[in-house]
Amino acid sequence: MSSLWPRIEPLLARVEKPARYIGMERGSVRPEHHPGKVAWLLLYPDTYEIGLPNQGLQILYEILNERADAVAERSYAPWSDLEAELRASGVPLFSVDTHRAAGDFDVLAFNLSAELVATNLLNCIDLAGVPVRAERRSPEHPLVLAGGHCTFNPEPFADFVDAFVIGDGEEPVGEITEVIGAWKRGGRASREAVLHDLATIPGVYVPSMYEVSYDGPRIAAVEPRYADVPERVEKRTVADLADWPYPKRQLVPLIEVVHDRLNVEIFRGCTRGCRFCQAGMITRPVRERPIEQVRTMVEDGLRRTGYDEVALTSLSSADFSGIDGLVADLVNEQSGCGNVGLSLPSLRVDAFTVGIASEIQKVKRTGLTFAPEAGTWRLRQVINKMITEEDLYAAVEGAYSQGWRRVKLYFLTGLPTEMDEDTMGIAELAKNVVAVGKKYTKQATCTASVGGFVPKAHTPFQWFGQNGVDEMRRKVSMLRDATRRSGVQLRWHDPEASFAEGIVSRGDRRVGAAIEHVWRNGGTFQEWSERFELSRWLEGMAAAGLDPDWYVTRHRDENEILPWDHVAAGLHRDFLWQDWKQALAEHGLPDCRWTPCYDCGVCTQYAIEHVVASAVAPAGGSQGTGQDLSTGGAVPVSLLPTRVAT
Amino acid sequence: MRGEAGFPVRIRFCKRGPVRFIGHRDVARNFERAFRIEELPLAFTLGFSPRPKVGFGLALSVGHESDAEYLDVELTRDPGSGGPGGLDRFPEAISAALPDGIDVTGATPIVDRALSLQEAVTAVEYRIEVTCVAPDTPGVASASEIVASIEATVASVLSAPSLEITRTRKGREVAEDVRPAIRHMELLEVDAAVASLHLELATQPRNARPGDVVAALNAVAGPTGLVFAEWRVLRTHQWIERVGARLEPLEADPRAPVRKAWAS
Repeated sequence: MSSLWPRIEPLLARVEKPARYIGMERGSVRPEHHPGKVAWLLLYPDTYEIGLPNQGLQILYEILNERADAVAERSYAPWSDLEAELRASGVPLFSVDTHRAAGDFDVLAFNLSAELVATNLLNCIDLAGVPVRAERRSPEHPLVLAGGHCTFNPEPFADFVDAFVIGDGEEPVGEITEVIGAWKRGGRASREAVLHDLATIPGVYVPSMYEVSYDGPRIAAVEPRYADVPERVEKRTVADLADWPYPKRQLVPLIEVVHDRLNVEIFRGCTRGCRFCQAGMITRPVRERPIEQVRTMVEDGLRRTGYDEVALTSLSSADFSGIDGLVADLVNEQSGCGNVGLSLPSLRVDAFTVGIASEIQKVKRTGLTFAPEAGTWRLRQVINKMITEEDLYAAVEGAYSQGWRRVKLYFLTGLPTEMDEDTMGIAELAKNVVAVGKKYTKQATCTASVGGFVPKAHTPFQWFGQNGVDEMRRKVSMLRDATRRSGVQLRWHDPEASFAEGIVSRGDRRVGAAIEHVWRNGGTFQEWSERFELSRWLEGMAAAGLDPDWYVTRHRDENEILPWDHVAAGLHRDFLWQDWKQALAEHGLPDCRWTPCYDCGVCTQYAIEHVVASAVAPAGGSQGTGQDLSTGGAVPVSLLPTRVAT
Repeated sequence: MRGEAGFPVRIRFCKRGPVRFIGHRDVARNFERAFRIEELPLAFTLGFSPRPKVGFGLALSVGHESDAEYLDVELTRDPGSGGPGGLDRFPEAISAALPDGIDVTGATPIVDRALSLQEAVTAVEYRIEVTCVAPDTPGVASASEIVASIEATVASVLSAPSLEITRTRKGREVAEDVRPAIRHMELLEVDAAVASLHLELATQPRNARPGDVVAALNAVAGPTGLVFAEWRVLRTHQWIERVGARLEPLEADPRAPVRKAWAS
């Protein structure tokens, strides 16, 4: 099929940031399509600037294009101005690589990394000229696939997505290519047949192969429609990251994007065990990349891309074995042209971290970010974020005394058992941090960034009833009052957006109708605060005959069948329930990387192991390194009442 | 821009095709990365965040193409002319590290502390294509009538003593006389409903952009019933004029070759 460029080009003169749609990044390819190859269009359902850096998408782009039987191109959600132009002139969604119509691909594969992109998923499918509802598609339409963290509860998207890949995508994309290739060679007979075949690939979940029955509002059963379709779909896990040194040719965008630097993934998975954190639960076990491979990827990447900054990415980068030596080497190494900046996202809160940070930011020490997540030690035990106040103040003292002027703290509010004194603890901590800073510099500031907690699937908090909009608002306004004229700058996430995220986060299949309603009423780019309106979501739920509070604010009990129970992240349900009870009993849990296994289920069930070079925790790491984290006995679940501020 | 002492080099490049949709700052960032890929011995500014010393010329609007863009970059040493890493190899080597459509077409050493491109360039030439929707009246105008109308419009712009148009400066709409900046305008050809014009615009004391000229055409086109709209713009030349000479920027500030002795 020919390129749509001649029809797209005149439209670009009329839109904002037209370079979002031209492709041409260093590292991109213009693959040759062939009827014998399976053509994938990898889509990120948000703007180019947000989607381009996505590492998962870039990894699959390379792996697929290396195959002889596949080609892969990319697309991103067009901003509303281009969308209007496309619809007005009858031009479909297109790839940025060769400007080929999305409908000409065999597969539209979406990365779903946040709940509220759901409506953009529908919009992209629609702009591709494909029916948004899976059941209305015919064999000539592309297959719609999705992967990414949000697909660990795939049910809200089940009406629109033909098949989901649960977990690491590196291996399944090849297996899927083979199944679809065979289907193409057989003349693309029935859609049901290829979906049935896809459903037999480990890690692939095809919602139409499952019958969901209800008992009132509750799910009564989820049953496969065929004997060879698994009752539970187990996630896929790459056993050794060393086998997957991707991306080898990271894309270098022509325009500025988020995370605009070389990104090298140093490990995948995290066993810190923070109970609110879905990423840490669903990506187990920890798999470190060999340090020599990290060095090579950094060196080659900098030389090839011309970037002057590299980020060593993971869920907790200071935990990487040998991180201090690696950082020292990278910082002292000069490229041919000047200094290379280094950044470590997701740092722990302790003195060791500040040591590393001071190694990195030798000259310009502006801001440093820590995430204590909760305002009191009691609540941090509940969420298993085992940072003592001493840890935090030592880290902050270290930072200010070594020249940093701005400290940013991340918190969640609306956590299980949170009482007003815990909420107020956020203000207390932040104010104390400012006081520490003032000892060293008058310019010391502290920003406290507060997000509303949204419980996620496959975490110990999956049974917890999220705080409603009013309750979250009350907490935020309490914090605003408490931090007024205190030197603390308070930032908060919109409680209404948290509520809508809660609908999708733990929604079931019936929520799909509400998502479709939001989309049909113009609700795209719901991740963007200026485009978000809760009223659309509430109308959508009402139109679908659903009670939003039943989905969002209700506590679940042990026996309830959860919408995602037939999708497995490897964690025993018993383990999660036990950990939930431990949380309510205010007991922490050590990091199993360096302490004995507590059998969450992942390693034993999948016969995989941690790949960690160091047998001991990094110096200064607080969790699992000598603190008393002895677990308590079984405690009946009882949620502490929320005290109303007087 | 102070910092390491340097060896300044002026580079000419073009910007053609889809890459014309990236902005001025993006072009700068792409060059900085290309310089690092090619391991040019860049001189850096002093201070907390040292930056390579790169100076760009007049901004080119997003969507416009050019055969005549320039930048000055300071190196720490004379790269020589021949040999690997030498100036002769710059066009090929740096172009390979730049996005498709941005190609280096010349590089030359210039004197220390040359006037910056922004200050030095006084005139810019363009070839612009404009659509000129013919009057929506019964009895469609013939091709020759359209050509005559366009030529009449061009002539009225040139004969006008002043031409006030509205343009946006720093986010505010201001009325401005663009006529003094229009040095030359000529109809080259008309193909279908697209007219190609040659323009020469002054950059000082006040610059005008091709869009301003289109606005000027519309301001006087009333009687002909034509409505002009910018379609494609190609910047073809930039000129540095000083003391009667009109110089191409690569030739304007040549660095004298090191002489062993005074010429006899």
